[in-house]
Amino acid sequence: MTPLLRLENVAKSFRLHLRGGTTLAVVSGVSFEVGAGECVALGGPSGAGKSSLLKLVYGNYRCDAGRILVRDGEETVDMARAEPRRILSLRRTTLAYVSQFLRVIPRVGALDVVTAAGREGGLPPQAASERARELLATLNLPERLWSLPPATFSGGEQQRVNIARGLIADRPVLLLDEPTASLDARNREVVVGLIRQKRAAGTAVVGIFHDEDVREAVASRVIDVTHFASTAA
Amino acid sequence: MTSMPLLSVSGLAKFYGARLGCTDVTFDLHDGEVLAIVGESGSGKSTLLNLLSTELEPSAGEVRYRMRDGRTRELFSLDEAERRLLLRTDWGFVRQDARQGLRMTVSAGGNVGERLMAVGARHYGRIRGTAAEWLERVEIAPDRIDDTPDRFSGGMRQRLQIARNLVTQPRLVLMDEPTSGLDVSVQARLLDLIRGLVAELGLAVVIVTHDLAVARLLSHRIMVMKDGRVIEQGLTDQVLDDPHEPYTQLLVSSVLAA
Repeated sequence: MTPLLRLENVAKSFRLHLRGGTTLAVVSGVSFEVGAGECVALGGPSGAGKSSLLKLVYGNYRCDAGRILVRDGEETVDMARAEPRRILSLRRTTLAYVSQFLRVIPRVGALDVVTAAGREGGLPPQAASERARELLATLNLPERLWSLPPATFSGGEQQRVNIARGLIADRPVLLLDEPTASLDARNREVVVGLIRQKRAAGTAVVGIFHDEDVREAVASRVIDVTHFASTAA
Repeated sequence: MTSMPLLSVSGLAKFYGARLGCTDVTFDLHDGEVLAIVGESGSGKSTLLNLLSTELEPSAGEVRYRMRDGRTRELFSLDEAERRLLLRTDWGFVRQDARQGLRMTVSAGGNVGERLMAVGARHYGRIRGTAAEWLERVEIAPDRIDDTPDRFSGGMRQRLQIARNLVTQPRLVLMDEPTSGLDVSVQARLLDLIRGLVAELGLAVVIVTHDLAVARLLSHRIMVMKDGRVIEQGLTDQVLDDPHEPYTQLLVSSVLAA
C-alpha cells in the first residue's frame, strides 16, 4: 500500500526570542507513514509534541528539518518546502484538520460555516448544504442553533461545528486534535462512528485521542511520541 | 500552479532623500490571492502601497502587472493615459480615510456610477440600476442612493468606497487600513463583507494593516515590515502561529486576546 502521508526525520523546535533566545526542542527524528484506511493515534503525555506534529503536517508550523510528504493525486508534495499557495491548495483538496478549538468568524452562522467548508472542499453548492445539514443533525446540534454564529455556543457545541467543518468534504488525509475532548458519551459515539466511516472510505487518519475508549475504537495503531523527544536542546 | 503571477514586484525601493521609505521588496501575487502587509507606523508599509498604486515613483525596482490582454507590463513604463485607465478599471484602491476615496458632495449612486462611466457606460437607467445593486451588496439601504456620503456614518462610507471600487470588476484591489478608526462592531461587519466579496469575486488584494486579527481573517499570505524592510513572510497562519523573527514574535505576543 502506498502511503498517503509519510514523515521522514522531521524535527521541530521553537526559538523564543522574547525569552532570551531560549530554544524549546519539541521533536526530532520523527518518521512514520500512514496508508489509506489507517488511523494512527499519537500517544504520550501532554507536552510531548503531539499537537505540534499535527500542525507541522497541516503546514501551520514550519518544519526545521526532514520531509513531510503528502500524496496529492499523482504528485507528492513536501509540506516542509511547499510554497504558501501550494499548501493552501492541498488544504482544499487533500488535508482536513479538526483543531481543538473553533476559530470563529463574526456574523457567520454555524450551518454556513460548515457549508462553506464543503464548498471549499469541492462539493457543489446543493450537496454542500445538504451534507452540512446531515452532519449537524447526526452530531445532535439543535437545529435552532444552525443559523447562529458559533461564538456564543458551549465548548461541546463549538467542537461539533468544528468536526462537521473538518469532515464535510472527502479529503484523503484527516488530522484530528482531540475531537471528542468536550463531548458527552452519546456524541463521542457519534464521532467514533464518523471516523470509522472515513477509514472505511479510505481516508488516512492521524489523531490525538485522549479518551482511551475512543482510541481503542478508532485507531489501527498507536505511535508513542515520547520516542521522538528531542535530545538537542 | 505554474500560472503567471498577476503582479510581480522585484527589488522595489523608495528613498526620501537620504531617508529610507522601503527597500528590497520582492514578491509575486497571483489571481485571487490576498496578501497582508503588517508592521507598525513608520515600517514602510504605506510607502510600499503608494508605490504599488503608482502614486509614488520608486527609487529602484520594478512592478510588473499582467494586463487583461495577457501581456505583462512594467507599471512605471506605462504612459499616463494607460496608467490612469488601468487604475480606474482593473484596479481598486480602498483608502483608510473614505473622504479621500469618495467624492463627498456627489450622491452615493453617483459615486458608484462615476466609475462605470469611466469605463464607458452611458445609459443612465442601467448605470443607476447597477449602482443600486452594488449599494445593496454592501448593505446600504436603497433609499440612501441620492444622499451624499458626508451624511453617512464611518462604516457606511467605507462600504460605499468598496462598492465604488468593485463595480468595474477589478482584478486587483489595494486596501490601506480599511477598518481602522471604526467601532469594533462596525469593523466586524465590514471585515465580513470584504471577506465575502473577495472570495466571491476571486480578487487579488494587497491589504496594509497594523491589526493582526484583520490579517488573519482576510489574508492568505503575510509580509512583516520593519524599518523599511520585509523581515518575514509566508503563509498567514504559519507566520502568526510560528513566528521566527524576534520582531514578529513581539508583534504576535503583544496582541490582547479578547
